Amino acid sequence: MVKNAINREIPDNYAAQYGAFEGAWAKQPTYKTTSRQVHAIHPGDSKLVASIHEAIEKVGLKDGMTISFHHHFREGDYIMNMVLAEISKMGFKNLSIAPSSIANVHEPLIDYIKDGMITNITSSGLRDKLGAAISDGIMENPVVIRSHGGRARAIASGDIHIDVAFLGAPSCDEYGNINGSHGKAVCGSLGYAQIDAKYADKVVAITDNLVPYPNTPISIPQTDVDYVLQVDKIGDPDGIASGATRFTKNPKELIIAEYAAKVIEASNYFKQGFSFQTGSGGASLAVTRFLKKAMIDQDIKASLAIGGITQPMVDLLEAGLVDKLLDVQDFDKASAQSLRDNENHYEMDAEMYASPFSKGAVINKLDVAILSALEVDTDFNVNVMTGSDGVIRGASGGHCDTAASCKMTMIVAPLIRGRIPTIVDQVNTVITPGESVDVVVTEYGVAINPARQDLMAMFKALDVPQFTIDELRQKAYAIVGTPDPIVYTDRVVALIEYRDGTLIDVVRKPGQQND
Amino acid sequence: MNVELKHQAIAGTTESSDIQIMIEPNTNEGIEIQLDSSVQFQFGKQIKLVIMDTLEKLDITQAYVKATDQGALDCTVKARTLTAAFRAADIDQDYDWQVID
Repeated sequence: MVKNAINREIPDNYAAQYGAFEGAWAKQPTYKTTSRQVHAIHPGDSKLVASIHEAIEKVGLKDGMTISFHHHFREGDYIMNMVLAEISKMGFKNLSIAPSSIANVHEPLIDYIKDGMITNITSSGLRDKLGAAISDGIMENPVVIRSHGGRARAIASGDIHIDVAFLGAPSCDEYGNINGSHGKAVCGSLGYAQIDAKYADKVVAITDNLVPYPNTPISIPQTDVDYVLQVDKIGDPDGIASGATRFTKNPKELIIAEYAAKVIEASNYFKQGFSFQTGSGGASLAVTRFLKKAMIDQDIKASLAIGGITQPMVDLLEAGLVDKLLDVQDFDKASAQSLRDNENHYEMDAEMYASPFSKGAVINKLDVAILSALEVDTDFNVNVMTGSDGVIRGASGGHCDTAASCKMTMIVAPLIRGRIPTIVDQVNTVITPGESVDVVVTEYGVAINPARQDLMAMFKALDVPQFTIDELRQKAYAIVGTPDPIVYTDRVVALIEYRDGTLIDVVRKPGQQND
Repeated sequence: MNVELKHQAIAGTTESSDIQIMIEPNTNEGIEIQLDSSVQFQFGKQIKLVIMDTLEKLDITQAYVKATDQGALDCTVKARTLTAAFRAADIDQDYDWQVID
C-alpha cells in the first residue's frame, strides 16, 4: 500500500501502474500527442450506412476494442443503449467503453457487464443503480474515474485509445459535418464529443436530422468522421436540456448564495474584467443572481464566464454584464439557443476547457469558481463521487480541474443534508485535494483555507460569520451526532485519477456495517 | 411513570427528516428494535440507542419496535418514540415530558 501526498492509501499494483498523486502541479510534461488511423475518402465514396449493424461491421469492431460516446444528451441519450444493444446482438466480448460520462438512463450497462461484453469502463461519473452495482463489485477491473480535463488529457496523450467513437449528432450532413445547435435533439455545445472525433481511429456520426451538404456551423468537421447513420431518434429533448431554470426558494441555498456573493464582492478579484465559473446546483445558480445585483450596483463587468452553461449566465451575457461565454456543455434550452444565436457565446472542446497537459486551458484564466460538494473534510478535501454510505453515485466532472486552476475556489454546500453532515472528519472519496480549495461557504458561515493567508487578510472585514473548518465540522456534528465511519472491504471497485493521471484515491466496496 | 403497552400504536411519518415508530407489546423478553434507516450505516447504532434509552426512561422493558427512519435527528426520534409509547399505553393526558431531558 502506497500513501499518496494527501495520505490516501493506494494499492501497490495500481500505484505502480498510474503513479500516486504528488500534488496538483507536480507534473509539467513535454510530450507528443497520440495519432489516429485515417482511411482516405475519395470523391464519390459515400459515408452513409443503413444501420447500426452495418456501421459496426464497416468500422471493423473486434473483441477487446475501446468504444466511446459523449454525454451531451445527458438523461435524454438514446445513442449508447442503441449501439450497445446491437453490439450485444452481434456477440462481441471484452469491450472497453470510454464515454465522457454515464447517466441513469444507461442502466442496461449492468447486463452487458454481467455477461462479459463490457469488461472495462472509464467515465466521469456513475449514477444510481449502475453506481451501486459497481460499488457492489460486479466488475473485475475497477472503473477508472477521470475528470473532464483528465479525460481530454488521457485521450490526447494516448492513455485512452479510442478505436471507435459513436457520436450522437443533432445536425449532420452526409459527409459528417456536425453541430449540436439545430435539429430535434438540440444539446448546444459538443465540447466533449469534439475530442473523441479528433483522436478516435473511426468515428460514426449518428443523427436524426440529416441536412443538405454542407451543414454549418461546423462543430465536428467532415475530416474527423468516417461514417454517417440516420436513425429515427437520437435522444429525448426533455431529457437533454431542462426547461426554464427556476430560481431556488430554498432558504438555506439562498443564504449560502448570498454569503458566497459577499465573499466574491469582498475579494480583490471582483474588479472590472473578472472571470468566473459556476456549477449547476441550486445554490450555485443563485450565486449568479446575487452577483448580478452586485455587478449592476458597482458597475463592474466580467470579461468571461465559462463552464457548463446555464440560463443565469446567458442572462448576464444578454444584459451586457459578461463579455463572452466559453461553453463546453449546455444544461438548459436557453443556453443551447444562446450558443446558436449569440456570437459572444462560443463553443470550446474539453481539451481547451480543462486539460492539464494542453498548451494552456481556459480554466487557467479564471479568477473565481463556485463549485458544489457532497462532503468536505477538515483538510478541505472534497468528495463529489460517493454518497455518505460509501456507494458510488456522483461524477468527477470538471471539479478538480477548475479548483486547481482558478485563483479563488469556493465550495458552496449546506452544513448538513437531513441527518448527513457535509463537513466531516474525513471524506469517503477525494476528488479535489484540499490544496485547491480556498473558501467553504455554508448557511452558518464560511471557512477560509489557512493556506490562503492572503484571503484571510482580504476578508478581515467581511460581513459573513467566519469559522475554522473544524468549527464548522463541530457545528454539523453537534446537530446530527457523530457519524460512524463506513466500513470498507479491500476490494477496489474504482480508481480515482487526478487530472494529471496519478491516483488521488480509490473507491472500495463497502463491507458489513456495524449496526 | 408506569407505562404499560396495551396494543400496537404508531407515531411519525415517512417524510424526510422524520422517523415512524410502530410499537407493540412484545411476546418475547426485552426490547426488540427493527430499524430501517436511510442513514443506517452512519447512525443506525445511535438511533437504536436513543429509542432504547427513551423506552427505558418510561420503565418499558418489554416491547417490539419497528422504526422506519428518513434521517431524523435525535430529538425527533425521542419525540416519536414517546408519542408511540403513550398511544400504545392509552395515555392521553398528564404526559410526563420530563423523560425527554
